[in-house]
Amino acid sequence: MALLEVKNLHVEIDGKEILKGLDLSVDSGEVHAIMGPNGSGKSTLAYLLAGKDDYEPTKGEVRFDGKNLFEMEPDERAAAGLFLAFQYPLEIPGVATMTFLRTALNAQRKRRGEPELSTPEFLKRVRDTARNLAIDPEMLRRGVNVGFSGGEKKRNEVLQMALLQPRLAILDETDSGLDIDALKIAADGVNRLRGPDRAFVVITHYQRLLNYIVPDVVHVLSAGRIVRTGGKELAMELEARGYAQYQEEFAA
Amino acid sequence: MKTAAEAALAQTFSQARDRLPGSGAIAAQREAAFDVFAKAGLPHRRVEEWKYTDLRALMREAKPLAAPPDAAAKARAKTAAAMLGDLEARRLVFVDGVFVPELSDIAKIEAGLRVGSLADALCAGDSALTAHLGKLAPTGDVAVALNTALMGDGAVIYAAPGATIERPLHLVFVSSEKPVATFTRSVMVVEPGARVMLIESYEGPAGSDYQVNAAIELFVGDGAHVDYVKTIGEGAEAMHVSTLAAAIGAKARFNSFTFTAGGAVVRNQLYLRFDGEDTVAGIRGATLVRGRQHADTTLMATHIARGCQSREMFKAVLDDEAHSVFQGRIVVRQGAQKTDAKMMTQALLLSERAEADNKPELEIFADDVQCGHGATAGALDDELKFYLMARGIPAAEAESLLIQAFLGEAIEGIEDAGLREALIESVAAWLKARGQKPV
Repeated sequence: MALLEVKNLHVEIDGKEILKGLDLSVDSGEVHAIMGPNGSGKSTLAYLLAGKDDYEPTKGEVRFDGKNLFEMEPDERAAAGLFLAFQYPLEIPGVATMTFLRTALNAQRKRRGEPELSTPEFLKRVRDTARNLAIDPEMLRRGVNVGFSGGEKKRNEVLQMALLQPRLAILDETDSGLDIDALKIAADGVNRLRGPDRAFVVITHYQRLLNYIVPDVVHVLSAGRIVRTGGKELAMELEARGYAQYQEEFAA
Repeated sequence: MKTAAEAALAQTFSQARDRLPGSGAIAAQREAAFDVFAKAGLPHRRVEEWKYTDLRALMREAKPLAAPPDAAAKARAKTAAAMLGDLEARRLVFVDGVFVPELSDIAKIEAGLRVGSLADALCAGDSALTAHLGKLAPTGDVAVALNTALMGDGAVIYAAPGATIERPLHLVFVSSEKPVATFTRSVMVVEPGARVMLIESYEGPAGSDYQVNAAIELFVGDGAHVDYVKTIGEGAEAMHVSTLAAAIGAKARFNSFTFTAGGAVVRNQLYLRFDGEDTVAGIRGATLVRGRQHADTTLMATHIARGCQSREMFKAVLDDEAHSVFQGRIVVRQGAQKTDAKMMTQALLLSERAEADNKPELEIFADDVQCGHGATAGALDDELKFYLMARGIPAAEAESLLIQAFLGEAIEGIEDAGLREALIESVAAWLKARGQKPV
């Protein structure tokens, strides 16, 4: 069975159906890109998988590593290895970044029955990861994301991902708001984590990010459904021709 | 029509008046204060200042005056104020309102500081005391009036001009298991240029509905630097009413922090007067209440001299059916030009049944000032909680982090690192107990 198995998923928000029968299967070691126009349901899918309140499925099922995802709280999903890199990472004044990282890492380890990391080991991991992502250690002294630029927030998401070492990472528009240098740094961070035991779902509007994080599979999401699936060349085609053909097809 | 509590207080005073310490002018002061109470009775909700804390309704009975503590009560007081133990403060310990020298660090009191018991000073008719006693505490306040009428003991403290006192002075007030009433009164005079930190802590057993009425008058001289801290950790059934009345001189630094977590009914009053120019003050507090606790913080800051800066910040966290009150009034008199005063009060409600009443007020009679106030009340931010949970942090721990962050803004204003740590620990202990309560 695939690491992530989504079957006939329907989701309503405030009475409006956003996802209308979505199927998706992601195996370990794979990188899937989900592309689609604004309003197609990309972020809804990301939030739903991470377990946000108000995102209740009306039909269908999602299995993560064989387990019913809808029976798990967001923190249980995270400890099981699911990670969402937020499109808009939140600022949490008063919660120091280091406290946040450490609490998250140790909470996950505890739930998995692993010992807590020692302080020196934790600090070393954070420092090494921050260096790779060109994150100034001074920033880690601040409250979570407080005073960070848009690009810094996105890199901080990648930092958290690198520390938490998830089995499935969902990147929700990680490229938005990044200039080309920041994009490369973030993509390098993601690529370093690629491996046979980890999968990625990269959600993006533009093909640009996929030049740096080269996907194995590309899906087109439109009007709440996957309407086409192909290889990485599909992204190039979308870039050249746009989403219009898919929107028209399903508007009918 | 007198309530049972009012009648009992009258009886207590008539029985105790002849054996309470002090005679002559002191005795007259007691009589005058008692008259204020006799005329007004216990304050109730139609008295504006007590609108949200109806003492007449909340105080069903008046407990008898505490007897001097026995050996067992003193023994239990040895472990008091453990949370503040790392501060290496010099302690003056009061058990059931009576000074206990053998539990206190009398021998370790630093040079530049003189301390004594109020009862001794009253009996001796100490002129230095009578020059200060009752000069700051508002005579029209019924809680203060009862305190003045019935004060039994307390601390009298002098910090010499220019003295820097290294270790904090800590007044430890411990109630024993007896359901009694204590009335303590302290006076502290900080001479010009002196620097000192004073801590008052209050605690007692959970199973006793004892009553505490405490007051302190604090004189801060020109150029002095005073940090004042009060932690109210009374037992779960206790009633606590306490008053700080302070007058602050010119070019001084004054920081105060009041931390309320214990007690069934708490009224914490702060009367501050900025008498001298160019003083900088930070007046902060945090209240954490749950169950059916009621905690009221009432602040009156009066700017009389020009050019003072005051920052007031009070935060409350409420769970279950708890009720918090913040009444803050900043008065800027006509002569207090260039006053810079900003007051903020915020309540975080963790339960839909909790109630927070916030009443900030400004009264400005000068025309060249910068003053502002703000008040917020709300629940935890679900978006932030989700972000934390999405990183693997369980719901209860995520809430704790957000509550600590909410209080942090007030606590981080505390200059002393040791004290800051101790209060952060106290918050953590409260949060831990919250997590363990049966649902």
